[in-house]
Amino acid sequence: MEIVSCKLLYALLAPLIGALVVMRCGKHPDLREGVSVVASVAMFCLVLSMIPDVLAGNRLVYNLFNILPGVTVTLRADGMSMIFAIVSSFLWMLAVFYSMGYMRALQEHAQTRFNACFALALFGAIGVAFSDNLFTMYLFYEIVSICTYPLVAHHQDRESYSGARKYIIYLTTTAKGLLLPAMILIYVLTGTLDFADNINTGIFPTDANSALVTMLYVFCLLGFAKSGIMPLHNWLPSAMVAPTPVSALLHAVAVVKVGVFSTTRVMLYVFGTSTMEALNLGIPTAYFVSFTILAASVIALSKDNLKARLAYSTVSQLSYIILGVALLTTSGIQGGLVHIANHAFAKITLFFCAGAIYVASHKKNISEMSGLGRTMPFTFAAFAIASLSMIGVPPVAGFVTKWKLLMGALQMEAHYIGIILILLTSTLLNVAYFAPVTIKAFFGKPPAGEKFAGIKEAPLAMLIPLLLAAFISVLIGIFPEFMMCFVKAVTG
Amino acid sequence: MDGFLIIKDGVPPFLSILIFLPLAGALVLLLFNNDHFAKIWSLVVTLLTAACSIPVYLGFDLTTHKYQFGEHHAWIPAWDINYTLGIDGISLLLVMMTTLIMPLCVLGSWSYIKKRVREFMICLLIMETSMIGVFVSLDFVLFYVLWEAMLIPMYLMIAIWGGPRKVYASTKFFLYTLAGSVLLLVAIIALYLQTGSFSIPAMMGHEYSYLFQILVFLAFFLAFAIKVPMFPFHTWLPAAHVEAPTAGSVILASILLKMGTYGFLRFCLPITPEATITFMPYILWLSVAGILYGGFTALAQHDMKKLIAYSSVGHMGFVTLGIFLLNKNGVEGAILQMINHGVTTGALFLCVGMIYERTHSRELADGAGVGKFMPWYVTFLAFFSLSSLAFPGTNSFVGEFMILVGGFTKYKILTACAIPGAVLAAAYMLRMLQKVVWGGTNNPSHTGLLDLNMREILTLAPLLVFVFWIGLSPEPFLAVMHTSVSHLLAQVSNTVDPSSAMASLMLP
Repeated sequence: MEIVSCKLLYALLAPLIGALVVMRCGKHPDLREGVSVVASVAMFCLVLSMIPDVLAGNRLVYNLFNILPGVTVTLRADGMSMIFAIVSSFLWMLAVFYSMGYMRALQEHAQTRFNACFALALFGAIGVAFSDNLFTMYLFYEIVSICTYPLVAHHQDRESYSGARKYIIYLTTTAKGLLLPAMILIYVLTGTLDFADNINTGIFPTDANSALVTMLYVFCLLGFAKSGIMPLHNWLPSAMVAPTPVSALLHAVAVVKVGVFSTTRVMLYVFGTSTMEALNLGIPTAYFVSFTILAASVIALSKDNLKARLAYSTVSQLSYIILGVALLTTSGIQGGLVHIANHAFAKITLFFCAGAIYVASHKKNISEMSGLGRTMPFTFAAFAIASLSMIGVPPVAGFVTKWKLLMGALQMEAHYIGIILILLTSTLLNVAYFAPVTIKAFFGKPPAGEKFAGIKEAPLAMLIPLLLAAFISVLIGIFPEFMMCFVKAVTG
Repeated sequence: MDGFLIIKDGVPPFLSILIFLPLAGALVLLLFNNDHFAKIWSLVVTLLTAACSIPVYLGFDLTTHKYQFGEHHAWIPAWDINYTLGIDGISLLLVMMTTLIMPLCVLGSWSYIKKRVREFMICLLIMETSMIGVFVSLDFVLFYVLWEAMLIPMYLMIAIWGGPRKVYASTKFFLYTLAGSVLLLVAIIALYLQTGSFSIPAMMGHEYSYLFQILVFLAFFLAFAIKVPMFPFHTWLPAAHVEAPTAGSVILASILLKMGTYGFLRFCLPITPEATITFMPYILWLSVAGILYGGFTALAQHDMKKLIAYSSVGHMGFVTLGIFLLNKNGVEGAILQMINHGVTTGALFLCVGMIYERTHSRELADGAGVGKFMPWYVTFLAFFSLSSLAFPGTNSFVGEFMILVGGFTKYKILTACAIPGAVLAAAYMLRMLQKVVWGGTNNPSHTGLLDLNMREILTLAPLLVFVFWIGLSPEPFLAVMHTSVSHLLAQVSNTVDPSSAMASLMLP
């Protein structure tokens, strides 16, 4: 049942108004951060208040603007949007505190711009989560691209400019060059851009030209370059020049998840499982993203810079989500979508840890962190828990994903051996690049002459959010039903 | 007259008022030699004109394709030359935009023009008279007189108040446009000899031989293509833009360029439909070439005005693409895009003028990094740049979207060739924005820069309203054109077989 609800609009306005107020409070840092906190809490509470309706099987909608027949700006909240909305709004709260600690500890410049753009990026992310049609999604997708540019280029030096340039070129070129024509052709074919009501039917008429639909599918798959599928992943490691809170929230949660969320939303609600099966699009997609899963893991192995390793790990993990959906089986889709949440909590913990280590010790490379675990036990304990989630060890959340993905592979009629082999190989690779970090930190010898003198845990404003995120990773591993209930609402 | 013109008794002659109010204002200015008075007086006159255009919009009947607010008076009866005015769904928005832009031009010249202020304002007011006249006249002689009358104040604006190469630029502008106009005159006389009337609607109703249509079309085409300007007739535009004062650039970009595309819609399509179909494939490919050429060239510019001028070549390429697609989405998108380009590019030229007043340079390198000192300015610049690159939610997106929908419905490969133009638009606009807002921070020469004052904010704010209004709710703007566009398309398709051999050869 559809329910018209203003809450969607309010949830969207909270970060937008927050950003505008932040801009006016530049001269009062405490007030400014207070506004960010209020905005993030408000958004989270609004998102929470929608849960009962969505779990009751309803869909919340709110129409904002009508542009052309079939092209509107309309918001919707259903099971799939709730996963992303809950995760991003909750983690925004943690990130506000964390970045307050990080930016003040490092005495970064332009903190007002930073906070305002951060809120605007969340405005875009929540808009993507709540979009009811392809146009609305495209609109907010582009807002995220533009508003995160100043965050990536935050340091305003040569390195950050070149990283940011690469970032914006990858994202806008694919959006304008592939998504825009795909969107227009979909409109020409179907006369509408609205998403379907369920994941099966899609919106294409049955007699649509199958070659054209296949082409549109490829355009959409590659067009959402934020999802980091190889070969269009290269912006992500470059964007790691940004301050760590940006990497944490945006390049582990909001921005990349906007990419995979959009990709999977389009796969399920524009093309639909029946069209994808009829045109045999699932298996090729699964193998295509499998390459990213494995190749990115191998690259991650070779990186000594902690943030670079995490970046390639992100590239690899994002493709799990698309892989799961591409299996087109119930468990596969559930496993893929729930990984949006599971990966988010674990990856933000890892990035928070990387930032905490940098603030406390100014160390960026894994080889220099050997033995540091005894000086910063809490940080590295959180890091270990999140690593386990990435690897997929019970009882941490990542296990739920791996379990569901393997189930999904087994439900397939063919090709299941290939997919299972890929999942197992990638798990081993995950172990290979995550385990050494923790093991060396706790049991390794410090480099010669290194005493870690004067190094202690990062400020509490940073430590508490990262411990909380790690704790939640365990929590949703032990009680997976909290996230799974939304996923089940998607698959019906 | 009843066939095409709706004349209502008891309604004030709004169109005549729109034409003659600025002219009367200019005549009054001749009497007072006071710069400050000239500015205030011109602002009042242009605002009054804008106010008078509102009843035209409100009283516009959406259900008829006939020309409304008609006026008909004999002028030179011996040759059947009349003073005939009327407005339909194609010209209504252009007239509205003209009356909206002109007060902003006065505001934009407030402190920019330092010498001969009174004469400048007279030029502006005469421009407004002739521009509105061109859009509403339904008699070809009246049209031509006003069309030529625009040239002189524009020439003076560039030649007197222009930059260092003003003589070169103004002469080039004059010669190019005049060359086109001469052919236009030939076509008008040829049409008169065939029909015995200078009435434009009468010419639309007449049947001509195919060869005659081809010749008339070519003459029309050259005149209008120079005005648009279509690639490869565009070279006068960057020169004129760079040298013109801010208000001149704004008028040039927002309104004068639209005369060309308006000419296509008003004359080429209905009067010479068969020739239109014959030349359609060539013009479509020329439009695509213009889109790509404008985009690439804009990417290489260091002068902000040149960058925006070349971006205009690309944007107007989208407009001609939409017009010659000859389907509803294409033509309506094209008309909307004409308005969008007027709003957005006009605003961008105003923005460049504001930075030029402060730094006395339009070089990207010199303007780099003003973001820190002029937050209001860069906020406006950012929104208008996003609008220019057709960011979703802004006006240009809707226009471009409709044109591309029209294109993909009809010729998929041709339209796909225009898509890189959209990517390039993002590239050159974001490049400019990045440089101006951030590049070379702590540029010591910028520390004393003042942010926008209230007058400048008031100049830009109305345009920003339209950026989002058209972008998020374009229905009030599209509604006025539905009936007229359907009628126009019927005029074209009634007469001819839409699938000529050449079209099928060139348009896969």
